[in-house]
Parts: sequence; structure tokens; C-alpha cells
Amino acid sequence: MTIAPEEKKAPVAEGYVRLTIDGIEIDAPKGEILIRTCERLGIIVPRFCDHPLLEPAGACRQCLVEVEMGGRPMPKPQASCTMTVADGMVVKTQHTSAVADKAQQGVMELLLINHPLDCPICDKGGECPLQNQAMSSGRTDSRFVETKRTFPKPLPISSQVLLDRERCVLCQRCTRFSEEIAGDPFIDLLERGANQQIGTAADKPFQSYFSGNTIQICPVGALTSAAYRFRSRPFDLVSTPSVCEHCSSGCAQRTDSRRGSVMRKLAGNDPEVNEEWTCDKGRFAFRYLQSKGRITRPMIREANGELVETSWTEALRVAADGLLAARGHHGIGVLTGGRLTVEDAYSYAKFARIAARTNDIDFRARPQSAEELEFLAAHAVGTTPDTGVTFTAVEAAPAVLTVALDPEDEAGIVFLRLRKAVRKHGQRVFQLGQWTTEGTRKTEATLVRAVPGAEAAVLNELTAASGSPDSGELVGALSGPGSVILVGDRAAEVPGLYSAVTALATRTGAAVAWIPRRAGDRGALDAGAVPTLLPGGRPVSDAAVRAEVAKAWGVDQLPATPGRSTDEILGAVARGELSGLVVGGVDPDDLTDPALARTALREVGFLVSLEMHHSGVTELADVVLPVAPDAQRAGSYLNWEGRLREFGPSLDASGVLPDCRVLDTLAVEMDADLFTQTPAAAMGDLQRLGAHAHATPAGPTVPAGATPCPAEYGQAVLATWRQLIDDGSLSVDEPALAGTARPARIRVNPATADRLGLTEGAEASVATDRGAITLPVELNDLPDGVVWLPANSPGSAVRATLGAGHGSLVRVSAGAGAGLGAGHGGAA
Amino acid sequence: MSTPENTGPGPDPLTPVLTRRWTAERSWTLESYEELDGYQALRTALAAHPDQLITLVKDSGLRGRGGAGFPTGMKWSFIPQGSSGPGAKPKYLVINADEGEPGTCKDIPTMMADPHSLIEGCIITSYAIRANFCAIYVRGEALHPIRRLRAAVAEAYAKGYLGTDILGSGFDLDIVVHAGAGAYICGEETALLDSLEGRRGQPRLKPPFPATAGLYASPTVVNNVETIASVPAIVAGGSAWFREMGSEKSPGPKIYSVSGHVVRPGQYEAPMGITLRRLLELAGGMKDGIPLKFWTPGGSSTPMFTAEHLDVPLDFEGAAGAGSMLGTTAVQVFNETVSVPWAVMKWTEFYKHESCGKCTPCREGTYWLEQILERMVHGEGTASDIETMLDICDNILGRSFCALGDGATSPITSGIKYFRQEFLDLVAQQPVVARPQQLADMERAERTISTSLSGASA
Repeated sequence: MTIAPEEKKAPVAEGYVRLTIDGIEIDAPKGEILIRTCERLGIIVPRFCDHPLLEPAGACRQCLVEVEMGGRPMPKPQASCTMTVADGMVVKTQHTSAVADKAQQGVMELLLINHPLDCPICDKGGECPLQNQAMSSGRTDSRFVETKRTFPKPLPISSQVLLDRERCVLCQRCTRFSEEIAGDPFIDLLERGANQQIGTAADKPFQSYFSGNTIQICPVGALTSAAYRFRSRPFDLVSTPSVCEHCSSGCAQRTDSRRGSVMRKLAGNDPEVNEEWTCDKGRFAFRYLQSKGRITRPMIREANGELVETSWTEALRVAADGLLAARGHHGIGVLTGGRLTVEDAYSYAKFARIAARTNDIDFRARPQSAEELEFLAAHAVGTTPDTGVTFTAVEAAPAVLTVALDPEDEAGIVFLRLRKAVRKHGQRVFQLGQWTTEGTRKTEATLVRAVPGAEAAVLNELTAASGSPDSGELVGALSGPGSVILVGDRAAEVPGLYSAVTALATRTGAAVAWIPRRAGDRGALDAGAVPTLLPGGRPVSDAAVRAEVAKAWGVDQLPATPGRSTDEILGAVARGELSGLVVGGVDPDDLTDPALARTALREVGFLVSLEMHHSGVTELADVVLPVAPDAQRAGSYLNWEGRLREFGPSLDASGVLPDCRVLDTLAVEMDADLFTQTPAAAMGDLQRLGAHAHATPAGPTVPAGATPCPAEYGQAVLATWRQLIDDGSLSVDEPALAGTARPARIRVNPATADRLGLTEGAEASVATDRGAITLPVELNDLPDGVVWLPANSPGSAVRATLGAGHGSLVRVSAGAGAGLGAGHGGAA
Repeated sequence: MSTPENTGPGPDPLTPVLTRRWTAERSWTLESYEELDGYQALRTALAAHPDQLITLVKDSGLRGRGGAGFPTGMKWSFIPQGSSGPGAKPKYLVINADEGEPGTCKDIPTMMADPHSLIEGCIITSYAIRANFCAIYVRGEALHPIRRLRAAVAEAYAKGYLGTDILGSGFDLDIVVHAGAGAYICGEETALLDSLEGRRGQPRLKPPFPATAGLYASPTVVNNVETIASVPAIVAGGSAWFREMGSEKSPGPKIYSVSGHVVRPGQYEAPMGITLRRLLELAGGMKDGIPLKFWTPGGSSTPMFTAEHLDVPLDFEGAAGAGSMLGTTAVQVFNETVSVPWAVMKWTEFYKHESCGKCTPCREGTYWLEQILERMVHGEGTASDIETMLDICDNILGRSFCALGDGATSPITSGIKYFRQEFLDLVAQQPVVARPQQLADMERAERTISTSLSGASA
């Protein structure tokens, strides 16, 4: 017989306590909630109200366990979701304590007495914590023979979220999420006792960009989505991990499909990025996959001007012939947009250099500037989570300044992080903008107000005057170690703003992160879909770098002439200096001047469009090549952190081809080899190039432009950006989502309204020579003489209708449209 | 309001303390209060150091009169003091005047008859704990006392007892009389604080306790009306005098609200530890001579007693020793004519109506218990219902979020403990099936089905 050596206990580490759970000794960090310590031991205590990202509530009482402190058992079982660990604590869960087990069975029985027995038709049935835990911790039958409580149902608390009050177990996860995480306390508990219920105020629906999360965290089937309700059972779904294709945050998601259609999307759990949340756009805007505008067959334009379907072989041959001819004439330009994956962007970049033989490629399907390219080369390209700003860094920062970015509307997950940091550690948020938006208020941000176009001057002034009391607040706060400046891609619309940010960052030592609007933008930058940069941020102007890439790509040389920007390419086309265009993922109405862009697309000698849906480009294209949506392909995005977000196909991918494959084949027809037949091949090719080691260039030093100033009565300076839920092309065919959009409003301050004769709630018009937009007026705290419009909301397509943008001078008047010729709606 | 005479066994009733002004002419006025030594204790208190007052109240052994009996001086001493750290926060005194426990009627008459004793107590307490703001949260239905209290507060302001630099001491205090909206839960101190802050009145998670994070997350003392109204007397009479009344662990005078089948229901002030036998004597005995059947020592949330418990001393230890609680000393007396299951049903209806809904056991449990009891009383109970009720009570007691859930089980468990046979008799008086009507319906349905089936096969 052997005698085990006496075990010597390791001392408890600093900041830890040692406790015993079900006879197992464990060290836990001080302050840890007991239920989490149990989880780490693999002991699952049933629970409903507990959620690791919400503050403890202790409401459902399902997680009761027996606790002994200092050798004395506590008289009552304790809720393990509210109790923190303590040294010497002895915990007995349902596995070792009859009292805990009985308490849990008792609570479960009580939860079920008023719960309808409709599991067979409930959306949650099959993935329901109540159903599962009733099996693990409940009785097999009920002693309840009385009358159940009933409510009329469902109760729509928004166009997107429907409430079944009978199924609700009143755990308050949804109300706590809305209040704590999203900051939209539009739902709350009403009444009391057995009549207690979740509800909304009479005339105020549950308006939140994050409302879908409440459906996902509901531990029963009480909250259901209008889009998914009764469409499927969880066990019929095929689930695949996926990545959100909408904004540059790159949320981890789960895509659930059934019989070849996406039924729903859920937020994935990625603590580094989106934690467990995703915005409603990311969750619900996927109906574009089945929209009737989807293009499924290649098309060519016949002599009579009609676009007709044809075979891939025919279409690719016609495209190649046309492009070769164009290349031989004045050359080809390549325009790409925000939907592209890294692999696709790389394929376009490579296609431009070796098939089209040009550096005329630009992913910026929006207003852009040369200053921006300098800024991106200095602050964005090539950064990774190891070297640049991350979500975690944003959360930890003592102070954050947002520039040309309204985080709630333009980068929802960034907004949630800011709000979390403000709530948890009092982060100071500054927002350089025009008015106190919902997001400004919910992040308790200090608004640094600037007339549109004058943002650069305002920042420069603060930087220069640092030390003086009126600037001290922002500059002083940003000087704290770990502070961050977040810049949106709208900064390109304000000359000198990127330079001002660079100067402020230099002055304060704050880190800078670039947060573009679209999912594909950051990847396109790093993949070389830029006129001045080859993949990896390699400067086109450097002959040695060109030679290096040419060698890697197996070609003799790369074009040496620096490329032109989107605007310049379109200008060149309009002047007849380019003969062909390859366009993928571009909406003319997003461009600086949609009318000019349309003219160029119409006038260009040969136009090839790679697109998922019929668009302003396909209607003018000579050849239309359909491409696969994310759900039917593999690929990856680089989110704004520079984090690679890889995903696989969620649906059957037969019969559809990703951009990279189409370009590869097209290039072969043009006698060039891209080696991008599959996303994996494209990524392999890109990674073989490796990172580009180089000294970071200094940022741009463009002086601030002149402050726009209304010259005559009735004029105002336009401020504009997009709201999260708007007329974006990927949000089509989802009316329930559209119903939760914030209403489009013209915003001015009371003094301006007074001067121009505008009344709050009444209609007013914003007009240019091209058209007018008429919407109800809402008063807010904008600078005097400034008018704000949502950039792409119903009834407010700013660039398309007005041909104007942020910082333009527009005419504002009471009543309906005063635009030239057109009424409101303009080109739309 | 009666002054008990010094007769019979048990502790000697003394000169009333808390109720001594109640019978005075226009007792609620400042004039009347001052004539009867009002605001003299305040002058003494303001001359002392606040810490001395805390010590005095600790020494007096005063325990909270709201039901739990927590030592008042100790509660005050938990308030962090000092010019930095947690002591630097503003401190608040909140008076729990949300008197709602069934049978309890001591705070409302105090505020009606002698509001200034409460106000004087508030000023002394605020001075002791260094609070410059005091809120009195009065039950919303108690409109008349709210008006009295507000008038009294206005009088006190006019006379310089409230406001800035009270009586030249340099001490400032504002009192706000806040009307609740009529929710039993708001008598729970943390729910009261949430309600006072304008939120939904539901109990808060503890810790943090109000002493560290109470009203507006600042250190707060929450005390009952009777507790604070006792303070001026302690300051005036000293702790030794106070300890002459009552017992070692439960000293002082107490107002017993005697209601139900007695000749003279009312408020009886007596030293702590008086027995029901003595209280019944003071109240003129059982009404119409019908014998006592059961009674509550401190409201419906305290387990009931029977005639066996006539000599239980009604102080914190005595009541607990006999298996109940002192509670709010709401002595509800029931004679032989009252059905225990019926009374328990009525109480349970109250708890079901007043459950705040936050936690599952109380919300769902009272909903279920009420239906079982109503069914029993309506003649459709079964013997197993009794066990089911006891088991449900076991699943509520100690499992609910706050003590109100625990209280809801008291009438049922104690009622079954002492009168199980009465419940069984109620069941026995009916057919063996629980729901004769339902059974008849089912039988009829079965007949119809079998008839139609046999018809089809024929």
C-alpha cells in the first residue's frame, strides 16, 4: 500500500480568496460573483436574470445555493448571482445540498405556474433556458390546478420586437440591457405583483438601435422578432459562425439558415470585439440576399441597348475584349466600394496593376482627398490589434475624442464600448460635431461644436491654444496616457481635418484610430485598392517596392505612374482620358457628385460591373457580372482595429462566384494570372507578400479651409451624416427594421429657425439648384446658421437630391420645396 | 390613548411617554407642543456633540420600532463621518412613515396627534448623524396625517426649528414630507428609497446597505416614526430613565395597536414586554364575552398566536421565543366566530395584491396561495392542498428577495400549525373531489363522446 504524500497547499495569491464549492477548493479573484466561480469549476447553477454583462439583479431566485461563512451556515439559501466570493466560504450547490436543490425546484415550479405550455409553437422552444432548466431543475409534473394569468398577445413594443407577456419570467434582462448597455430605457416594468409586466409608455415605442439584443438574451420566448417569429425551429436551423458585413466594427455573428435561406442572425460572443452584442442593422438587415433586385446571371448589353442574360463564357469574353480594347486606347480605371472582403479588394488591386496595368484604383466610393491618403499611410494602414488602437483600448482610455464620427449612428459597437467605459470608469468623451445627438447624450460626451467645414480650424485652435484655460479641458484630457482619437471617414469632407487630428495627436500623445463606415474599407486600404499604395501599404512611388511586388506576382513590372482618386478617375472619364471602367460595390449616389458620376459612367467607352444587385452602375454597364454575397462565400474583413475577421459560407455556394474568382477568370481572358481563384488562394497570395516594414510617414499638414459662412438671407451651412438605419442598399426589404429608424428631420437651432421662419414640427425645405428636401423641423443645439439632414434616410437622399454635402451652402425655407425644377425627392 | 392604570400582574404601566400629549387640546399644534416641554430636548441636543447623542441612544438600548428591532444607536454609528472619503458625502435621514402592515396603526396617530415629537426627533437625529436633509415618506393614503405633518413642518420652519442656523447652533436642516403612492413594498427601506428617488418602488440589492449607499447613493439612516419620536424623550430623560421601562434587551415604551374583537380597540402605550392578558384587560376584555381564538403579536406578517400565548411577554425576545415576532406590535384579536382559513385567505389576498413582483417566490407564490385558499374557502379544497400550501410557503420563506415574501407565509404556516384541523374540516365538509362542477362537466363530456362513438359504430 502506498501512502499519498501529504499535499502542501499553495498560498492564496494576492487579490484572491480561497473557497470550497461542492467539496472542491478553488481560488477566485476578490469580488467575483459566486455563480461565475461555479462556472469555472464546471458547476452550472440554473439562472434566468443573471447575465455576465449586466449588473446583478437577484430577481429570479433560481440560482439559490447554500453558503457557510466562517463555519456558520447562513440561515437562508443565497442567490449565487449576487453574492461575491469570500475567503473560507463553503458553498453547496444543488449537487451537494438538498436545501439548494429543493429551493431551485421550488422556484422553477413557481416560474412555471403562469407560463403557457406553448413550447411546441414557441420560437424559443429547443433553445430555451427555461425549457432546459425546467428539465434539469424542475418537477416532472405541476401541482398547479388553478387559473393561469393571461394577457393579450403579442404586444408589439416596436415594429421589430414583439412581446408575449404570458411567457415572460420577469427576469428584467431586457430592461436592464436597455438601461445599462444601450441607454435606451424605452421598456420597463409596469404594474406589480402577478400583474407585473414589461411594457412601453403609451406613445413611445421601444426605439433602440440595439433592441434585437433583448430578443437574444431573453431566457424565454417572451421577446420575439417580427422578422423571425414562427419562421423556424432552432433544431431545423443550420448555424454557421459569421462576421457582420455592414460596418467596420466586424461583429462576430452566427448566421442561422434553413432550406437555403438565412432565417436570422445572432450576435456572436467575442469579448475583444462586440462582446455579446450586435446592432439591429447587423442583426436584421440580411433580406438583400433574397431581394428581387439580386442578379443571378451574367448580362451583356446588346446593340439595341438592352441588358440581356448570357453565359459566363460569353460575358467574360465580351468583358475581356472590351477591357483589352479600352486598355489599348486610353486605359482602364477600377472603382470599388465598401462591400468588398479583403480577398476581393486584393483581387481588384492586383487586377488593376497587372490586368488593367494601372494604379487608377480607389476604394473610396465617397468624397475623398489626397490629404486622407497621407493620413491613412501614417495612421491606419498596416496597424493590427497588437500595434494599434483596439476596442479594449477604447474602453480603457481615460479620454476619447471622436472626429467626424457619431459613434451610435456610424459605429454602434464603438458606441457601446464608450458608454460602458463612461459608466464603469467615468471615461471623458468629447465629440467634435454639430449638435447633441442621442449618442452624445448617452455617452455623456462634451460636444465640441463646429460649423461644418470649420472642424479643422476649431481643432487647430484648441491644439495651438493648449495651456490656455478654454482649451485645457480637451487637450489636457487627451494628454492622459492611453487616450484615443477616433476619426471617421467623413473627415475627408473637411479640408485640413485629418491634418488637424495629426497635429492634435502629436501634441497630446493620444493614439489615433480611423473608423471608416463600411466593413470592407479598412481591408481595401491594406490590400492596396488605393491609388498610391500597393498591398501592405507599400508606396507605389517607390521603385524598389514595385519591383518587390512585381517579382512576387511573377510579372516584369508594375505601372509606375501614381494612380488617381475616385473623383479624378471619374473626371478623367468625363474628359475622355480613360476608356474603360471596372466597378464593384459602388453606388453613384454615395459619390461626391452623383450627377457627374452618372455622366462619367454613361460616357465611358466600356463599363464592367461586378454586383449583387441591380444598381445605378449596372443600369449603365456594358457587362454585368453577378457576384456572391457573404452568406454564399468564404472570406474575411479587416475591421477598423486591423483585426482579421474570417468567415465561411453560411449557405450553399453553388452557382455563385465571389468577386475574386470572377476577376481571376476575367484576368485570364485578358492573359493575366491573379491566382485568386478562391478567397483562400487570394488570401494566401496576399499573405505571401508579407507585411511591409517601413518608417511610418508623418501625417498630412494641410491647412484648415475657410469657415463656410452663409452669404445671404435664407442660406445655411449643411451638416449631414448617415443614421444607422436608413436607405442603405443592404437594408432593403426589411420593413420591420425600417420601422425602427429614427425619423428623418431637418435640424436647426431655435435662433436660426426664428430668423428663417421655421416652426418645430412643421415642414421646411433645404434646397440647392439641383433639388430640395422637405422634412419636418426639429430644434436642437446646432451652431447658428447650420442645418442638419440625415444623409440617406427616407425623403432625405442628400447627395442624390441636392448634389451637396457636409459644409455646402444650402437654402432653407419654411414649407415645401423651393429647389430648381424638382420637388423633394430629387433624383430618387 | 388610554392611560393604563397600575393594576394587575405584569410590568407596571408608567406615565405615557409617546402618547402623553395625544389628549391635549389641539395637541398637534406647535403651541400645544411647546407648552408640554416640546423642543426642550432639541436645545439640550444642540448643546451636545453629535457623537454624544449617538452614544446616548446606544446606551438607551432603543431598538427600531418598524418591526425588525435593529439597535438604533448602532445604525446611526454606521454612518461614515469625516471630511474625506465616504464621510464627505452628504448624509440623509429618511423617516419610514409608510405604515402599511395590516393591523398597524401607531405611526399615523402619532403624526396626527403629535407631529412635532417626530419633527423634533428628526432634528435631533439629523444633528447626530450630521444630515442636513430629512425626508419623511408617508403612506399616500394617509392624507390627513400628511396635511398635519406638513402644517407642523411649516410651523417649525416659522419658529426657526428648521431651516438654516437652527436656534443659533449653526446647524441647518430641511425636512420634506413626501407622500407615497400606496404600495406596501415601499415600507421596505430600500424600496422606499427607490420610490423617494422617483423610481419604481422595489427593494434594492444589499449590500450596499443604506448606511453606505442609501438615498442618492449617499449614507442614509432610515428609521421608523415611533423610533424617532422616542428620541426627544431619551434626550430629555436620559438613557437610564429609558431603560427603567421594558426589559434588558427591549427597553422603553411602545405603542401597541390593539384591534379586533375587544371592547375598546385602540392604541395602548405600555413598557415593552407587556402581555396580551394585560392588554386585553386594558382594552376592556373580549367583545361580547366571546372567547379569544387567535391573535397576531405584530401584524399579519408575524406568525399568529392562540389563547395559549396570553402570557407571552410582548418584546423582541419574548415574541421570538414563542415562535413569532414582535413586528409592529399590531395586536389583532380574533374571537371564536372567525374562521382561520378565511382570515388567512384575506391576509393572503393582501399579500398577493401587494407583492411588488420583483422576485419569483413572492410574486408567483402569493398568486398561487391566494387561489388555493379561495378555492378552499369556497368549498373546493382537498387535504393535499394543505401540504401543497406548506410546501409553497417553504419555497417562499427565505427564498424571496426581501422579507415581505417571508411575511406572506406567516399567516398560512402558523394558521395550519395551530388550526390544521379547521382546514381539514373545511375540506371534509365537501365531496371528495376538488371540483364537483368540473367533474360533472367532464362526466357529461365523456358521456357525449361515448354516445357518439357507439352511435358511429352502430
